[in-house]
Amino acid sequence: MLTYIARRLVTMVFTLLALSVVVFVVIQLPPGDFVTSYIATLAASGESVDQEAINALRDRYKLDSPVLVQYASWLGELLRGNLGYSFEMQMPVGNIFADRIGISLAVELTAVVVMWAVSIPIGIYSAVNQYSVGDYLATIFGFLGLAVPNFLFALILMYVCYNWFGVTITGLFSPEYMNARWSVGRFLDFASHVWAPILVISSAGAAQLVRVLRANLLDELNKPYVLTARAKGLPRRTVIWRYPVRVAMNPLVSTIGWVLPTVISSSFVTAIVLNLPTLSPILLRALLSQDMYLAGALILFMGLLTLIGTLISDLLLAWIDPRIRLGMVGAN
Amino acid sequence: MVSTTEAPAGDIDPRITGTAGTESQWQLIRRRFSKHRLAVVSLWVLGMFAFVALFAGFISPNDPGDVKARYTFAPPQGINFIDRNDDGGWAIRPYVYGYDVEVNPASLSRSFVIAENKKIYLNFFVRSWDYKLFGLIPTDLHLIGPERSRDPFYILGADRLGRDMFSRLAYGTQISLSVGLVGVLMSLILGVIIGGAAGYFGGWFDAVTQRVIEFLRSLPTIPLWMGLAAAMPSGWSPLQVYFAITLILSLLGWTELARVVRGRFLALNGEDYVAAARYDGCSHGRVILRHMVPAFTSHIITAASLAVPGMILAETALSFLGLGLQAPVISWGVLLQEAQNIRTLATAPWLLAPGAAIVIAVLAMNFVGDGLRDAADPYAS
Repeated sequence: MLTYIARRLVTMVFTLLALSVVVFVVIQLPPGDFVTSYIATLAASGESVDQEAINALRDRYKLDSPVLVQYASWLGELLRGNLGYSFEMQMPVGNIFADRIGISLAVELTAVVVMWAVSIPIGIYSAVNQYSVGDYLATIFGFLGLAVPNFLFALILMYVCYNWFGVTITGLFSPEYMNARWSVGRFLDFASHVWAPILVISSAGAAQLVRVLRANLLDELNKPYVLTARAKGLPRRTVIWRYPVRVAMNPLVSTIGWVLPTVISSSFVTAIVLNLPTLSPILLRALLSQDMYLAGALILFMGLLTLIGTLISDLLLAWIDPRIRLGMVGAN
Repeated sequence: MVSTTEAPAGDIDPRITGTAGTESQWQLIRRRFSKHRLAVVSLWVLGMFAFVALFAGFISPNDPGDVKARYTFAPPQGINFIDRNDDGGWAIRPYVYGYDVEVNPASLSRSFVIAENKKIYLNFFVRSWDYKLFGLIPTDLHLIGPERSRDPFYILGADRLGRDMFSRLAYGTQISLSVGLVGVLMSLILGVIIGGAAGYFGGWFDAVTQRVIEFLRSLPTIPLWMGLAAAMPSGWSPLQVYFAITLILSLLGWTELARVVRGRFLALNGEDYVAAARYDGCSHGRVILRHMVPAFTSHIITAASLAVPGMILAETALSFLGLGLQAPVISWGVLLQEAQNIRTLATAPWLLAPGAAIVIAVLAMNFVGDGLRDAADPYAS
């Protein structure tokens, strides 16, 4: 197990490096370097541009050095915890992160938990009761979950709540709790707002999870050992829960790998439509104004989150399934 | 494939003569597909979408870019078919009711009321605004339109600038569907070349490709797409933006197709007939194109057809957020951008109509893809 963990950690470090290269390319892509465009915006708004400050900036980000040196210095700064400076918002990227990271993680993790909590029982139910009314309903909702883009679902939910119930579901806090400190009241207020984004974010992933679990479980249910268990007179509940469900769960653990990218992608869009105080609207603003250091740091962070999630899922899978741990089947 | 082997006697019904008993692979696939009823219906639905996309100008009663401030947020008019006149007689003739504008004396806001006394008769094959059919043939013929071309005719209502939602939706279909198809075509080229080389030659190239694919699949796609899209220079023409967006989508979308192609190549590499072709001295190109590709064309088509809805959803999300296609271009995502604001949505819920088009198109594509997947391998039990 230890060798396996070590191997996975090494892979992850390399993946992270690859990710940092991609992000650096994204940062470099806009024509001209960002200091030049920063000066242009300053000049456009009529502010005077201090040549010394510009030189300091150019020097600090090594803009006159070759690209590789720029990359190395950027990476070095990142490793020392300096995420760069947002020119658009006039503050260090680290501060922006500190403000919003808690809420972002809370929303995303809750969505993941809800997604699993909802899809596992539904998947088991629709496999065990194949072709029942409930199964058909689950299938229809599953297909809708796949076909309705998150932002559209959020829009429809917003419209329905506003038009029929007179409730606006944007934001995560009522105005009086917006900048308040955490208290029981603020938490309750948060809980009363967070259901909408959770519902939207978990819908797409849940639809796929139900499909995967249903297909796996159906495969298992037709196997002879299930027949044996039934023939020897075990109660139905025991037959289903003790053997086939456990086997069918294995591939489900490996889905964490794509569940997390899905959740992060969809929470991104949802947070923008529902105007949540998470990192996503910041990323959108940074991208629209080509504030690339902030955008790069955010994309890197979202990638890091998914990589950690994938690592956890691989370790879980290895813990559950000795064949993977011992390298008898490929870890992929 | 010409089969010259003699079947053992008694295996084939003696009444069947000639080729009546053998069907080509494509015939088998078609037969198997036609058993999948949902897929067949979906294929018709997609055919309708394709018709709308091809004949967008012909179908649109109004110019999609025509701004009419008078009809800002005009609600949809229902088309009536049975025309009753005052003396009790009736005739089958399509018409819609015109609008009356009421001004709320307190808030001074204007609201539209359907005016039952203003009948606007509709004619088929009317001549009104000019457009180019298929972008080539200039014409002004339209499927349906009001008798007098200045009368308002909004089947799906009007948007913020009084433009006809229905016509815009038709033009949006053109762009959104083509982004999906072009994007998948590009990722197909990438996927077939990269996945094919990895699967056929194996070795270090295969190992590197596998790692790259794994890496790309472990990233959250939307933020990365956005990063790339945001890096586009703002001065680009709509056509450049269009191709850049499809390129960005396919840069991250080829992995699934490459996986399928690689898997097929690996499976076929072990087949006896491929080995035989190789020992016969065929070149790599001939082994691949003549002997291997025909064996999995149907699988590639299936994988590609299942990739189209993802592309369309991605383009829609990008455009919706303002990072994809931009305003003079009409796509479903661009149209939905208008519906971002809750107040606008409350006054004009018909702005969500493109959303319905997305859901129907994506569902239909998924069903067709599923049907194709089941039919792709007609020899499987």
